[in-house]
Amino acid sequence: MNVRRHGPIAGALAALWLALGAAAGPPVPAATVQADAPHDDFTALLGLLAARRHGRVSFTEVHEMAMLERPLRSAGELLYEAPDHLEKRTLEPRRESLILEHGVLTAQRGRRTHVLSLRDYPQVVPFVESIRATLAGDRAALEHYFHVQFSGDLGHWTLELVPVDATVAHTVRDIRISGAREVIHSVEIRQSDGDRSLLTIGAEVPP
Amino acid sequence: MSSAGRAGTVVWALAVLLAAAIVARATYVADLSAFLPRAPTAAQRLLVEQLRAGPAVHLIMLAIEGGEPETRAQLSLQLAARLRADPAFAAVNNGDAAQLQRDREFLLAHRYLLADDVTPQRFTVDGLHAAIGDSLDALAAPEGLLLKPLFPRDPTGELLAILDSLGPGAAPHTDGGVWSSPSGARALLLVQTRAAGSDTDAQQAACEAIRRAFAAAVTALPAAQRAAPRLLMSGPPVFAVESRAIVKQEVLRLSAVSAVLITVLLLAVYRSLPALVLTLVPVLSGALAGVAAVALGFGAVHGITLGFGVTLIGEAVDYSIYLFIQSGGDFRRTVWPTIRLGVLTSICGFAALLPSAFPGLAQLGLYSIAGLVAAALVTRFVLPHWAQGVRSVRDLSAAGEKLVRALAGLQRRRAAAALALLALAAAAVLYLQRGALFSRELAALNPIPLAAQRLDDELRADAGAPDVRYIAIASGTDREAALAAAQRLSGRLSPLVDAGVIGSFQSPTRYLPPRAVQLARQASLPTEGELRARLAAALAGLPVKPGVLEPFVADVAAARRGATLTEADLAGTSLAAATDALLVHTSAGWSALLPVAVSDGDLAPGALARLRAAVAAQDGAPLLDLKAEADALYGGYLAAAGRLALLGLAAIVVLLAVALRSAARVARVVAPLVLAVLTVAALLVVTHHRLTILHVVGMLLIVAVGSNYALFFDRSSARPYEGSVPRTLASLGVANAATVIAFGVLAFSRVPVLADLGSTVAPGTLLALWFSGLLARPAAAGRA
Repeated sequence: MNVRRHGPIAGALAALWLALGAAAGPPVPAATVQADAPHDDFTALLGLLAARRHGRVSFTEVHEMAMLERPLRSAGELLYEAPDHLEKRTLEPRRESLILEHGVLTAQRGRRTHVLSLRDYPQVVPFVESIRATLAGDRAALEHYFHVQFSGDLGHWTLELVPVDATVAHTVRDIRISGAREVIHSVEIRQSDGDRSLLTIGAEVPP
Repeated sequence: MSSAGRAGTVVWALAVLLAAAIVARATYVADLSAFLPRAPTAAQRLLVEQLRAGPAVHLIMLAIEGGEPETRAQLSLQLAARLRADPAFAAVNNGDAAQLQRDREFLLAHRYLLADDVTPQRFTVDGLHAAIGDSLDALAAPEGLLLKPLFPRDPTGELLAILDSLGPGAAPHTDGGVWSSPSGARALLLVQTRAAGSDTDAQQAACEAIRRAFAAAVTALPAAQRAAPRLLMSGPPVFAVESRAIVKQEVLRLSAVSAVLITVLLLAVYRSLPALVLTLVPVLSGALAGVAAVALGFGAVHGITLGFGVTLIGEAVDYSIYLFIQSGGDFRRTVWPTIRLGVLTSICGFAALLPSAFPGLAQLGLYSIAGLVAAALVTRFVLPHWAQGVRSVRDLSAAGEKLVRALAGLQRRRAAAALALLALAAAAVLYLQRGALFSRELAALNPIPLAAQRLDDELRADAGAPDVRYIAIASGTDREAALAAAQRLSGRLSPLVDAGVIGSFQSPTRYLPPRAVQLARQASLPTEGELRARLAAALAGLPVKPGVLEPFVADVAAARRGATLTEADLAGTSLAAATDALLVHTSAGWSALLPVAVSDGDLAPGALARLRAAVAAQDGAPLLDLKAEADALYGGYLAAAGRLALLGLAAIVVLLAVALRSAARVARVVAPLVLAVLTVAALLVVTHHRLTILHVVGMLLIVAVGSNYALFFDRSSARPYEGSVPRTLASLGVANAATVIAFGVLAFSRVPVLADLGSTVAPGTLLALWFSGLLARPAAAGRA
């Protein structure tokens, strides 16, 4: 006989994580067709991006928040392996690592490790996907989560991403990614409450 | 009809009416409790009490599969809303936003009483500086978006600490705002019914209410989406309802098949419809009396008892067969004394089951005794009067003569020597297999089909709640004492989690810490003035604007003044059910259960030793190994059943010794029965059956039924003999055929306990008849 007890209810509580931010959003609607999407340079850019299989670059990041007197600054390295391994190693001011692999986000900070399955946190997904899908040249993913606006040309381009999902749009106004050809220069995230973060990507780190 | 006949008929009719009324009003149950014995040790009692009535008994797992994810999420929300409105359900959890919101608000409101981190050190200048610095780091990470709104209230991250302490991977995934399986293919809900676990009717009503609610939710969908979604259900209430349905179906199906086959047999033998109808009267009267007796004696009739009821046909039908076939002369003088002795030996056999700790067996014992007594009394006092008009039963003397000659032929061929060899061979087989003779696992009795057990495993894995095998138990005289013991035990288990010895563990103190601990945490919170001063110092070098943390100051002040947490504060959250499940009232006081999850697979032997040592160091608290305990329980009552069976056999021997007053005659009656039991046991072992408790009971039945045959052979070899030997032999053949049909049909049951019984008794009684015939004194056959 199978003797069992108690597990499901108590164990299920860790799902509370979900409720930490805004209430869970409704299911993400299907991508809307962008009237301005088929842009020759945009298509070419995605092709260039998709051709890059891996990269390792330095970064600096600045978070501006209304409740803070001065921005939070950090610096470190970004590692990317196509199509879905993304790693952010913060070296300053404190060591921290953030690994995204197959839709699971693992954050290691001091002694603590947090593991998030992105499927459980629909409101976090657009953030992560904005960078991952851009790096991978994954047009379908980009257009699933965002209204995508391409401006400039291959030599100097900007992607403006506006969240499709209403709950996400409630917290995030837009994400602007700029670069030259297959090299990404910066990712700026502007939140609806005026807070913003700017990730500036620096030189390639020799292996 | 004589006046005695009329009186008998009137008494019979009144008894039937009375029994029918009792049977109609009786409660019928089919949960697993019939397979759970009264337990000897405290830990086992706790286990059994929990399995019988614990919160886990009320848990139903639901899964919705098929269709689009959005459709499943919508159905989950709809279904949960409908079930929450139904008073039959104590809790309905599907991970939806509203429920999580309630849980979150509870944890947030009481975080300073709940978090392990709340110590005086945490609220010093250094402690605050470090904790707020950690939170700022988290704010810059992607999940910072989730944490940002909380920062002004909870800059030291207590809520996060509480959530972290629940352990990773312990929760179902979420998809579209509701719980789902890891693959996302199923939406999950956990439902607790309010009714007692043993109230199968109420559990069945709850299961039906769930199906109706699901059907209604599906109907509300657009037409195109209605076809795909399916509802899956599992859990103890579902199993109880399902096993009752299976047992019921099986009882009806098997009874019908047996009835048809026995009817055909008797028609072929009797060539008389009235005789056939009359033959069934003692059988049906006996069944009615048996169920009524169990209802009176046990309060509720277990479904499986009705299943065993088929077996009664096997013996009760024999009595009327003897009446119709043998009674050329005076039934009361020639046949009845033997039947009477047969009934008495059977009663001895079944009485051995009455003290069994296994309620199913005790019910079987009472059922059979009452049934046989009733059937015998009807055969003796009612049937002969009714049968006076029925004289057209075919004379089986001619067929009997052939049997007599065949038997005599066999006996001349040194049958006894052959049987002695057979006994030796059977004993040798049993001896060689002695180590692997018995099935030691309780699972051998599980009536739930394998597919349903597999679905249960799947849904549990989906919900992130695999089978719990180990439970540490902290007990106390009252709730508070049990909680305090659980808190100490948690302190011993935590290092094992950190060291990776065990995966994680749960404790009721997570949501309901002992009062002393809550008071200590409260006392570690500084006064408002002190906190402001320390906070000002702690924020030096951190970029937090002044005034941002005012909500934090207010929350700490409120927590410092606030009342401690009681169970009432948990009401309305899903945490209430979790705490309830882990805190149980026992006959000896209160016990807190701390289920231990193993990282992957099972514990290594070394790890188990460390776990045991850690648990035992705590006031000698027991570590319950559910599987080992359940199997030990089963092993214990298997042994007890074996002892009872031997006791029954001994009682039968004593009875025969008193009745027959001859050691030789007793030996002649008992030897073929023992030989039949040995041979059947050897046959079962050779055909790769592990013997279960039901096989043991089956062997007792072989002796009980077979003793009738042996007694008739004994009688026909005794002098002076007044009956007809050929007719006696013919009636035994017919009676045995009826028995073999009844039990043989049982052997094909899908319910393991019924199949075990059938596959033992059918061949066993057949062998008992043959062996009795072969070992009877040749003089009996020869004098025909």
